[in-house]
Amino acid sequence: MNLTSLIVFVVISLLVGLATAWSNARFRPVALGARNAVMLVGSVLAVYWLQSSTPVRGLDFWLPTASLGLTVIVWVAVTGLPRAGNRRDTGITLAVIAAVIVAIALTRYVDPLCCLTPSRPPDILAVLIGLALIAALAAGAGFLFGNRPAWLNWAILLILAVFVVLKTDALSQAASALLRSLTGQDTAQASALDLRWLGFSYIAFRLMHVLRDRATGRFAVSGPLATKPLALSEFFVYVVFFPALTAGPIDRVERFVKDMRAGNATGTSPLLRSADIIEGGRRILLGVFKKFVVADLLALVALNGVSAAQVNSALWMWLLVYAYALRIYFDFGGYTDIAIGLGRCFGIRLPENFDQPYLKPNLTVFWNSWHITLAQWFRAYFFNPVTRALRSPKETPWLPAARFFRSPAFIILFGQVGTMLLIGLWHGITWNFVAWGAWHAFGLFAHNRWADFMRRRNAAGDPERAQVSPALRRIMTAASVLLTFHYVALGWVWFALPSLDLSLNVFRKLFGAM
Amino acid sequence: MAANKPAENVPSSATIRPMRMLLKALALFILVNLLFAAADPLPWLGRLSAYNVIFPGRERLPYGDHPERAYNVSVLNLDAMFASHEIAAGPKPPGEFRVLLIGDSSTWGWLLKPGDTLASQINRANLKTADGRTVRAYNLGYPILSLAKDVLIIDRAATEYQPDAVVWLVTLESFPPDKQLFHPLLQNNPGPTRRLIERYGLEINPNDPRFVAPSFWDRTLIGRRRDLADLLRLQIYGAMWAATGIDQDYPSYEPAAINLDADPTFHTLKPPTLNQSDLAFDALDAGVRAIGKTPFLIVNEPILISNGANSDIRYDFFYPRWAYDQYRAFMTARAAAGGWHYLDLWNLIPMDQFTNSAVHYTPAGAALLADHLKDGILQLSKISAP
Repeated sequence: MNLTSLIVFVVISLLVGLATAWSNARFRPVALGARNAVMLVGSVLAVYWLQSSTPVRGLDFWLPTASLGLTVIVWVAVTGLPRAGNRRDTGITLAVIAAVIVAIALTRYVDPLCCLTPSRPPDILAVLIGLALIAALAAGAGFLFGNRPAWLNWAILLILAVFVVLKTDALSQAASALLRSLTGQDTAQASALDLRWLGFSYIAFRLMHVLRDRATGRFAVSGPLATKPLALSEFFVYVVFFPALTAGPIDRVERFVKDMRAGNATGTSPLLRSADIIEGGRRILLGVFKKFVVADLLALVALNGVSAAQVNSALWMWLLVYAYALRIYFDFGGYTDIAIGLGRCFGIRLPENFDQPYLKPNLTVFWNSWHITLAQWFRAYFFNPVTRALRSPKETPWLPAARFFRSPAFIILFGQVGTMLLIGLWHGITWNFVAWGAWHAFGLFAHNRWADFMRRRNAAGDPERAQVSPALRRIMTAASVLLTFHYVALGWVWFALPSLDLSLNVFRKLFGAM
Repeated sequence: MAANKPAENVPSSATIRPMRMLLKALALFILVNLLFAAADPLPWLGRLSAYNVIFPGRERLPYGDHPERAYNVSVLNLDAMFASHEIAAGPKPPGEFRVLLIGDSSTWGWLLKPGDTLASQINRANLKTADGRTVRAYNLGYPILSLAKDVLIIDRAATEYQPDAVVWLVTLESFPPDKQLFHPLLQNNPGPTRRLIERYGLEINPNDPRFVAPSFWDRTLIGRRRDLADLLRLQIYGAMWAATGIDQDYPSYEPAAINLDADPTFHTLKPPTLNQSDLAFDALDAGVRAIGKTPFLIVNEPILISNGANSDIRYDFFYPRWAYDQYRAFMTARAAAGGWHYLDLWNLIPMDQFTNSAVHYTPAGAALLADHLKDGILQLSKISAP
């Protein structure tokens, strides 16, 4: 999201927000419909508009189309083929989306309007064939998965496979070569950078959340989806909602839909209050300042693959590491603020993703306040199921029966290492992200054991001796915050650099060994 | 891990009116812009510098075509340029014999690391004057071929930084009248440039349309956003300059041309005669006047002398032989007439010691030039009062 697209989004969001907030009870249903239409059409347009260009011919059109196609297919797979009750809504939604896609494709033939996509869209016939293919796949998904929710795990694996291809340089390059051969381009020019699929990391995790919940029978068992089925239009907006497309957060569908439906029940309750617009505007301004002023300035001095090899003293290396730590927070946090602010103007309260993470006294609390929605996703879909299974010999008969493997310490270690490695790999499949994940896994495990030890020691000892003065407690908290911040900041050395050797060199420089 | 927390509640809509708030914000925004335009604080802001306070001053004036790789950025604010230079660190230390090196990209040190520039090579020699002062050369070169630009820098440096001597390196390519005002540095500093025109009688039209005359709206915060961003970036890059000692991008380059076109023209001039009026000697004289009573040395800087195709017509990409030979004769005559200290080092550096241009030399070339300047500088020290 650059400043131009941001300004467009802000203007649209404020206009929609103000119009919705000021609509009286009589016009409120109209305002609600208009707001939902803007969210749907705006998001579909944004998927194409924000997609960066790629050298593979037509790919900057087909990748957004694939995002939308996947959304339809997953919706059908999860909810089944449209039934009589929701056919009209589904039909209108599909017609609107198809019309928008065709309109975007037709700009190919109208030079003054061309193009919303970075390069000229493909031939209209190819686009129509693509849409027909998506429709066929969606229908197939309905038949295949409709009555077999457990099979949805295969769909998850399929999405994961795409994810792995996109996040692994060698596979991306091979995929690019394949696509280039299909378009008649030189395969020798294939590069991993050719496959930059806008927002796929977030789209995939939203889709997998819904698929997994449906596969495990937790989908729509309570909340708004239990009372009224998930409409395609709602699901579309949830998956590709433009404020949260590029940098999250990863909301839960039930919560998102609850906001979308707010005010709909009576038609008279307010959809939005002026305070929402004010708060949305405040968050947008805060986000713009964080991202485009603070983060972009820090980026000039933040650690990177080039500067890591150029810095000539430990002191300055520390400064670069601090700058990177702050930069990544203000950059990501700024985008999140903007997303939350824009969402608020539409009446959608996107979840917070950051909660003063660098002021936390230990790593466990840090991970409750850093990229919160991603951490929660992995907690819900990996850590909790895995640790639960490890506790139960019935579920994990393959694990040796020895007491060690069923001990809480091992289960925690296994769960945390797995979770953190996966969070690392979510950013990219490289050894450096593995190292970053392992760094945090080790830190979390060490903190867990330390906290456990202190708890047991305090429980066994004299309670009066365990008490410390408020002043000492403040000092200890400050020291803990500093220690945690530095552990996290040093972890970014793995994250920021392209190779383990370079990271190790930076560590050597930081501690005066070079 | 924490539960999803929706954004915090805020005061009820009864107390906040968004349209009124928007209008107030808009009014405040307009007011701040108008005040900024009225105050025009850019020069004042340029003097606020983290260099020489938090970061070491730069060894050469800031210039960077690729800021993200050079950790350096070109700014058009003269105050900011000088404030970032090590010469602005404070009063001249006792015992220092301060030499200002003025010139173009070759003096600035194009493709040379800071430790390899002409100034650094002179400083590395640790020269002592007869009265015991240590020679300290400051690189005030700037990568533009224009004598008027040199005068702009001399005029400021000679009055503000207490030089004991000035070494001014020139080359013919800086002399054509059309080169004098071609760069945005001069065009965007109309005030100081016009003062030079007036004070020294420079033959530049003070109403030249290339002078940038910012309108009131251009002087608002919005209008000045690019200048402000550049100032800020210059300060931030100070950290990277301090951390890495890098202030220039070093791309791979095409070596300077040896085989030349059979083109005898110099700019729009054709052989056989070059007139003094074809060159901006008025700017050279202005520079000498701007230096004032400070001893100075003018150097005709080394150029690449090709032995390739058509080298009987041209010395190099820049210079046809007929024009350059006559220029050298003019310079010698002027120096003699004016009683200037003058060194004609045009053929000092061998052809293989040039890099990407006929005036950019290698570290070895810079060392050779530095060796030849040492005596000249020590000569100047004999006529410079301590």
